[in-house]
Amino acid sequence: MISARPSGLSVPRLGQLLGELLGKSLGRSGIRIAVAVVMSSWQLGAASAAETTVSIDNFTFTPQSITVKVGDTVTWTNRDDIPHVVVSAGKFRSKALDTDNSFSFTFTKAGDYPYFCSLHPHMTGTIKVE
Amino acid sequence: MSGFDHRDEGGVNRRQVLECMIWAGTGVLWTITGGVPRSLGLVEQANAAEPTGLTFLQISDSHVGFDKPANPNALGTLEEGIAKIKMLPIKPSFMIHTGDISHLSKASEFDDAERIISQARLDVHYVPGEHDFLDEDVKLYRDRYGRGTKGAGYYSFDANGVHFVGLVNVVDLKAGGLGNLGAEQLEWLEQDLKGRSKSTPIVVFAHIPLWTVYPQWGWGTDDSAQALDYLKGFGSVTVLNGHIHQVMQKVEGNVTFHTARSTAFPQPAPGTAPSPGPMKVADDKLRTMLGVASINFKRGEERLAIIDTPLQG
Repeated sequence: MISARPSGLSVPRLGQLLGELLGKSLGRSGIRIAVAVVMSSWQLGAASAAETTVSIDNFTFTPQSITVKVGDTVTWTNRDDIPHVVVSAGKFRSKALDTDNSFSFTFTKAGDYPYFCSLHPHMTGTIKVE
Repeated sequence: MSGFDHRDEGGVNRRQVLECMIWAGTGVLWTITGGVPRSLGLVEQANAAEPTGLTFLQISDSHVGFDKPANPNALGTLEEGIAKIKMLPIKPSFMIHTGDISHLSKASEFDDAERIISQARLDVHYVPGEHDFLDEDVKLYRDRYGRGTKGAGYYSFDANGVHFVGLVNVVDLKAGGLGNLGAEQLEWLEQDLKGRSKSTPIVVFAHIPLWTVYPQWGWGTDDSAQALDYLKGFGSVTVLNGHIHQVMQKVEGNVTFHTARSTAFPQPAPGTAPSPGPMKVADDKLRTMLGVASINFKRGEERLAIIDTPLQG
């Protein structure tokens, strides 16, 4: 799931490039240090990625439709006394969420993600990723 | 039954009619003659009538493992339901369970259900509810109840000249849709019914109602019309479902649709609550809204009598 950044350059690729660059002068340990530096700077970047929550209450996803950015994480929490399963066909699928259980998914690609509850398919929602 | 109101302001709407049906279904014997349901009296009188022919039981929606405020002890009320069955004056031939045996498809929940239900000492024919397919590998239900069945667990059998068909309408549900039988199962059903004498009484059972009760809450099955088409021409068709945790009945031509109570918790009448979630009622009311059903078929008569018995009252 951790692949594309808004810059268009993936983290592993960035690390690899820096590693190759520094590796020539620093050797193998240098590569590890450089990769570590890149990873920790990415972690700082991730902290600014938004965490969005969707509540499942009364057999309804609230908000039913939201827009997030690439890299953002959406967390669904079930507030009903009945389990629900959050599914976007071919994209993500939660386990059965019992009361107060949560499921998170990080969106790494732009697009529309329609989803539903596979137990109660009249429950539908959409995540729009920009 | 809060919100129950017989006052008629500008005609009885569909919701009011449904509510009246639920009310009427409590502890009343229904007998179906020529497609018209007729109530015969209270449960006690019905039991005294000692029906002959084939009698079988329906239990549904045990939800073993459910422990929320609507009923903190769903296993206990299942046990009470089974105790009722053991006390019936006429020993039924067998039992059908119309799904949601467990609440979360845990092995321990299926174990507990089996431990209690087996105390009835009756053969049990199961169909799954959506709560029975929640384990990660989706195999516990099939391992335990799926032997000799097709697809996700559908099958048919005969008893006393009545043809029984157990269907699965809780898998491969589509976004925005209702219950689903699927093309493969429908094809099997067509073959299963083909060539059968039209005088054979048919009993179809599945978890989600095979008639549209309330689509806003998903209470119906998208492709049930196709299944019902295959049942046209049969003189007596009875469709038994669960899922909605309340008694409802509808007669359409030769087909009688009936849903059973849960043994675990009640759910609200269509549209009377923000959602179909478990309904918390006063403790002394709970057992009047849970229960089991017994169904009697008299050979030579085109009628099945369905008696819904609450755990209490």
